[in-house]
Amino acid sequence: MSLLRRLSRSPEGLAGLILLGLLVLAALLAPVLFPDDPLSIAGPALLRPFADPAFPLGTDRLGRDVLAGLFHGARASLAVGLAAAAVALVAGAIVGTLAGFAGGLVDETLMRVVDAFQTVPGFLLALAFVSVTGASLPVVIFAIALGAWTGPARLARAEVLSIRERDYVAAARVIGMRPLEIALREVLPNALPPVLALSAVIVANAVLIESALSFLGLGDPNIVTWGSMIAEGRNVLRTAPFLSIVPGLGLVATVLGVYLLAEGLSDALARRKSRA
Amino acid sequence: MSGRLATLRGLGVTYGAGPAALSDIDLAIAAGERLAVIGESGSGKSTLALALAGLLPDNVRMMGSIAWEGEVKPVPGRDIGFVFQDAGASLNPVLQVGEQVAEVAQRHLGLNWREAYAYARDLLTQVQIPAPDTVLNAYAHQLSGGQRQRVAIAAAIAARPRLLIADEPTSALDTIVQSEIVALLERLVREAGMTLVFISHDIALVSGFAERIAVLHQARLVEAGLTADVLRSPREAYTARLITSHIGLDTPRLVGAPA
Amino acid sequence: MNRAFRLLGRRAISSIPVLLIVVVGAFLLLEAAPGDAVDAYLLSIGGGDPALVQALRESYGLDQSLPARLSLYLSALARLDLGWSVTFGRPILDLILERLPNTLWLMGSAVALAFTLGSALGIIAGARPGSVRDRLLSTGSLALYAVPSFWLGLVLILVFAVQLRWFPTSGIATIASGKQGIARAIDIAHHLVLPVCSLGFIYLALFLRMTRAGMAEAWRQDYALAARAKGLARRRIVLRHVARNALLPLVTMLGLQAASMLGGSVVVESVFAVPGFGRLAQEAVAGRDAPLLTGIILVSAVIVILINLAVDIAYGILDPRVGASEGRAA
Repeated sequence: MSLLRRLSRSPEGLAGLILLGLLVLAALLAPVLFPDDPLSIAGPALLRPFADPAFPLGTDRLGRDVLAGLFHGARASLAVGLAAAAVALVAGAIVGTLAGFAGGLVDETLMRVVDAFQTVPGFLLALAFVSVTGASLPVVIFAIALGAWTGPARLARAEVLSIRERDYVAAARVIGMRPLEIALREVLPNALPPVLALSAVIVANAVLIESALSFLGLGDPNIVTWGSMIAEGRNVLRTAPFLSIVPGLGLVATVLGVYLLAEGLSDALARRKSRA
Repeated sequence: MSGRLATLRGLGVTYGAGPAALSDIDLAIAAGERLAVIGESGSGKSTLALALAGLLPDNVRMMGSIAWEGEVKPVPGRDIGFVFQDAGASLNPVLQVGEQVAEVAQRHLGLNWREAYAYARDLLTQVQIPAPDTVLNAYAHQLSGGQRQRVAIAAAIAARPRLLIADEPTSALDTIVQSEIVALLERLVREAGMTLVFISHDIALVSGFAERIAVLHQARLVEAGLTADVLRSPREAYTARLITSHIGLDTPRLVGAPA
Repeated sequence: MNRAFRLLGRRAISSIPVLLIVVVGAFLLLEAAPGDAVDAYLLSIGGGDPALVQALRESYGLDQSLPARLSLYLSALARLDLGWSVTFGRPILDLILERLPNTLWLMGSAVALAFTLGSALGIIAGARPGSVRDRLLSTGSLALYAVPSFWLGLVLILVFAVQLRWFPTSGIATIASGKQGIARAIDIAHHLVLPVCSLGFIYLALFLRMTRAGMAEAWRQDYALAARAKGLARRRIVLRHVARNALLPLVTMLGLQAASMLGGSVVVESVFAVPGFGRLAQEAVAGRDAPLLTGIILVSAVIVILINLAVDIAYGILDPRVGASEGRAA
């Protein structure tokens, strides 16, 4: 695929691809390499890393395998990040497109609603929603999307508004293209770069918000997440700092990977455009 | 005023990996003369202007040489004044225009800021801007196109440079304003004894005041000579085409016009 | 100056419908929470007689229809009555006003740190685009931007409070120290260093990247070339011509990041046990105190709106092109 080749030519894109690739691999392999529930007690408590080959990264206060937690946490973070971003993008796109096409009072009202959601800090929204509904994975995903949908909504509306003005839409209509065709063949390629940049920000933010929620004890209690591991490790911060540090590195790697990949992708797209 | 100001020998400029922007240019610029460099877009005329002014970006390949009178490389601002095509873009939008004129005097004439501002006010009067005190505190977006260009000219001549390079200074202006600016430039240059290099695509516009014309076509110098000679009997077919496509009934008379 | 006030007026007016929507949303949130104020009260007194419960409900209007309850809520808000916190046993507004200053100090210092250091480093990076300095700062800021603030806080505690013992691990002041005046202020500042860094470093990275990008963009403009053509001193070109333009978007960004930073203060205050507004939100969630949480959300929205208004005015002052419909000296 030529896109991959172009992507690999930028150092950012390559780094991001490798980083995220490793994380996705870890997420997919987690149930294979660590089939036991990572929340279950696996060995002696507070084992140091590299002390026991059975537990390469040691164990926590209760004797849970840190490496298993790391792998399963990757699963949780990526799943939440991507799912929340998907919900936010779809919901935002629907609202934004509606507002753009409808215009008038509907547009005005919808935009004020978007403003209202942007005025309240996204983390507080997520906090409030989770506390009212109860902490589980779908709830966390929806809670994060509550704060994140406003960006896609504005973007979608802006695209619709500018499309209505563009000549090539009128020209396409004259030829007899149907609206869907127009949307796919003409509109989408031009809308791709800002959507890409926005998606990266949303995914990265979603991973961070989910980890913060888990850290505060508001994540799904039935799964292991990096945030909950850090919270657990905080109790023994002085004696076993690695318990808090290691999962954090996973978070940094994930977010960094997302941003690097996005930068690489947008570079690759820009390069294709300039060649065309 | 006699003597050579600058001699270009075999000058070539290439940006990055593309084709040459300038190729094998041999040109002599006499001190105090009014030289017009004519060409269409892509001919390399702006590159020539930037090369003379020493403003080319770092990633260019330069061949040949520019030899200056007295063997001293001129300092931009102090020895060379540059007027850009779009004064709306070459004036900083967030600074007052008065500051943008005064800073040249402060830098090159050893004036303190109060003196520099007073000097700037005089310059604005020289370039025929009414209400110079108001304009000193104005921002670029508050001025008309013609006024902006006058301000830019004031900044360019502030340090009394030997050479004034104007890169299509009137192309972004209305016709009436165009002739005003041209007249202003001609007067300023003559009064101060400055050398003028005027870049343009409009051979008719420059025919009224230029002493010599140089024609660029696709990065090469195809013709150079006294204005009257070039217009009356152009050596190249390209030059002839330029003339016939530009000169109309409203062009001022050339033969018999004052030198 | 009056141009700035005209902008302010227009923006303030358009904020009102937004605030109304937030209020309605907050009301719906309260409704969605399990149980109502009477249940919460009963919980705190350990149960009650059903007749008493019914009488209480009637007297508070809690048995009425949704629209009626909404109007009761709105009229209470109009009197600046945000309700009663069950967890703390105090009026919510008092609680919030007591905790808010700590958070404002935290946020304010974090913004100051992020803006000054971020833009300074961004200018240094952007002065020579593509240089080694530039690439190092670019990579470093991207890595910093990816760091979760609560994790950064723990790392900072580990290094600077536990290992080096330069700073305290938590709290906002030394308990029962009896310090007053300047000494107390210094004590508080000392406690806030690590939390401010935890909150601010991420935004520092953001501002650094924005300044850097802004510088690159400004260098491409004609006015940068014109400044070089005038032979001005390099320092003057970088600072007065290029940076002055590059920093404008940062002011707008401050407004956009206000909401994000307020949310970030929740986790940072939790990590450092700072008794602020953010920590109050976490305590409200822990105590299942829906009215308190709702009050916090409302106040947050007001704060964000006010910050954005201030930012708009500042931008209007800094960018002479804003609001320029008049004034052509033609």
